[in-house]
Amino acid sequence: MADRKTLQANEISGHTGEGPGYGMQRNYEVCKLIDTTTCIGCKACEVACVEWNDMPFQPTTFDNTYQTMPKTHWNFWNLIKFNEHQNPDGTIQWLMRKDQCMHCSDPGCLAACPSDGAIVKYSNGIVDFNQENCIGCEYCVSGCPFDIPRFNPMTKKVYKCTLCSDRVGQGLEPACIKACPTGCLKFGSKEDMKFIANERATQLKENFGFQNAGVYDPSSVGGTHVIYVLHDATDPERYGGLPKNPTIPWSYTVWKWLFKPVLGTFAVFGFLGVLAHYVTVGPRAAQPEPPKAGPPLKDSLGNPSAGGPSAGGPSAGGPSAGGPSAGGSQNG
Amino acid sequence: MASGAIDRFDNEARQKFESIGHTTVYRGELFRHPVYTRVLHWTVALFFFLALLSGFALYLPALFHWLTPMFGGGPLTRILHPYFGVGFVVVFSLQILNWLHLMLWTPADSRWMRNIGKLFSGEEKVDPPDTGFFNAGQKAEFWVIVLAGIFFVITGIVMWAGAQTFGGSAVAISYLLHDLSAIVIVGTITIHIYLSTIGEPGTLHGMIRGAVTEAWAWTFHPAWYKQVTGRDPVKACEEAQREIESSR
Repeated sequence: MADRKTLQANEISGHTGEGPGYGMQRNYEVCKLIDTTTCIGCKACEVACVEWNDMPFQPTTFDNTYQTMPKTHWNFWNLIKFNEHQNPDGTIQWLMRKDQCMHCSDPGCLAACPSDGAIVKYSNGIVDFNQENCIGCEYCVSGCPFDIPRFNPMTKKVYKCTLCSDRVGQGLEPACIKACPTGCLKFGSKEDMKFIANERATQLKENFGFQNAGVYDPSSVGGTHVIYVLHDATDPERYGGLPKNPTIPWSYTVWKWLFKPVLGTFAVFGFLGVLAHYVTVGPRAAQPEPPKAGPPLKDSLGNPSAGGPSAGGPSAGGPSAGGPSAGGSQNG
Repeated sequence: MASGAIDRFDNEARQKFESIGHTTVYRGELFRHPVYTRVLHWTVALFFFLALLSGFALYLPALFHWLTPMFGGGPLTRILHPYFGVGFVVVFSLQILNWLHLMLWTPADSRWMRNIGKLFSGEEKVDPPDTGFFNAGQKAEFWVIVLAGIFFVITGIVMWAGAQTFGGSAVAISYLLHDLSAIVIVGTITIHIYLSTIGEPGTLHGMIRGAVTEAWAWTFHPAWYKQVTGRDPVKACEEAQREIESSR
């Protein structure tokens, strides 16, 4: 993407107007729109994801649903979650939700990551993992409110959906979008997708009787670059555990903004503290200390020392008058 | 029963290590730490600093590029850090057994703690006469490390096994407690290193050569001095003072 942008011809000699292709570059925030109301659960997006990203075969678990596997996997980033929801009136809704990375504007994984350059948020909103910089600490796993990053125990790296940053960088849509046969998946600018999503939600309310239909774009993580149209936006949990109010764990805030500066400061000030003690109070040596060059002439206030006047001879004792014997007598 | 087994184990270990290394005690010195204790102490110190530096690398992103190369890069730092912790815990557990009966808190220690300000300010040059082999500050440090170590182990296991085993929130809380333990232990160790090196000169010899001067003993651990020599620490100090004066 960077190459295309820097090699974009802005001006051309002897050429009127803008250079060819000027303004064609995507430099706005992108967004994937998933309309759960038109998903038919065909899993074409799952296949396209595995194909495009060249993933190895992943054995699955059969648990009496149509769902390919219980959870996403390090080599299976795109999973349609099938849920049977019973309405209060006894009718059943068969809900299908494509589960993948939400590409938050305020990504918990990125906040938690200690490794330089392992997690990147691009200006177009895509949150991407750079496995070459990943150290496998899995901080991102517990930092993600959507339970998305997956650890590969073989490579000791964490993987997740890239929103096909490689394709998007070349002006293409993500692989899942290309494969979707119903148009339930759409891709474009965040603004456009929000507009379409709201239009669809209004349509669902007015024409189909879904009074609570709405758009899922949680502001608690600053909005996401994958948004859903839901039949009932008041209860996203029913769509296979989509959190109503996703948040980065509070402990991460304490950890990142309180503990980290505190330990750094503590270490520095602890060091300065003992240094200050050494300089001001000084070390406590074994008694009696060997006599110094002579008795002190002045005490710290500038008065002549008690041992001073008689200090013709060096017999007046330790560094402070009567120091050792005073200590001794207190001791006895 | 159990304490008997621990004593037997410790005595055996001390004898075995004494046959490997040895401690030379010169005239005017007292035997303080056997070879076994010294080996344990410095092995603990080694694992402590390996764990501390690798931990700092992961803890403070500002130090990531400074400290990870020491351990062979980021991924290896992350892999090694828990093993350093395991090494620390195993060796320090032996040290707990080795020192347990010396570290039990006594009324004299409470008195020492109330008196700590005068020692800190340098007002009193000599420790209280009932200060034994370890003073209350050393005992407090020991138990702080034990406590922090317990936190390190529990939270470390949770973080090592990961969110799949213990759940995301348990892991998130563990990061906090792990770091809290680190904050406490870093402060403790700063004071420990200061006092044992430049703060109270002569102390380091006890842990390197195993012997300390008698003057050091009657100054910092008078009750221990009395116990091993049978002489009165105050009188011994005054005698040494007179000797210095008469020699001048």
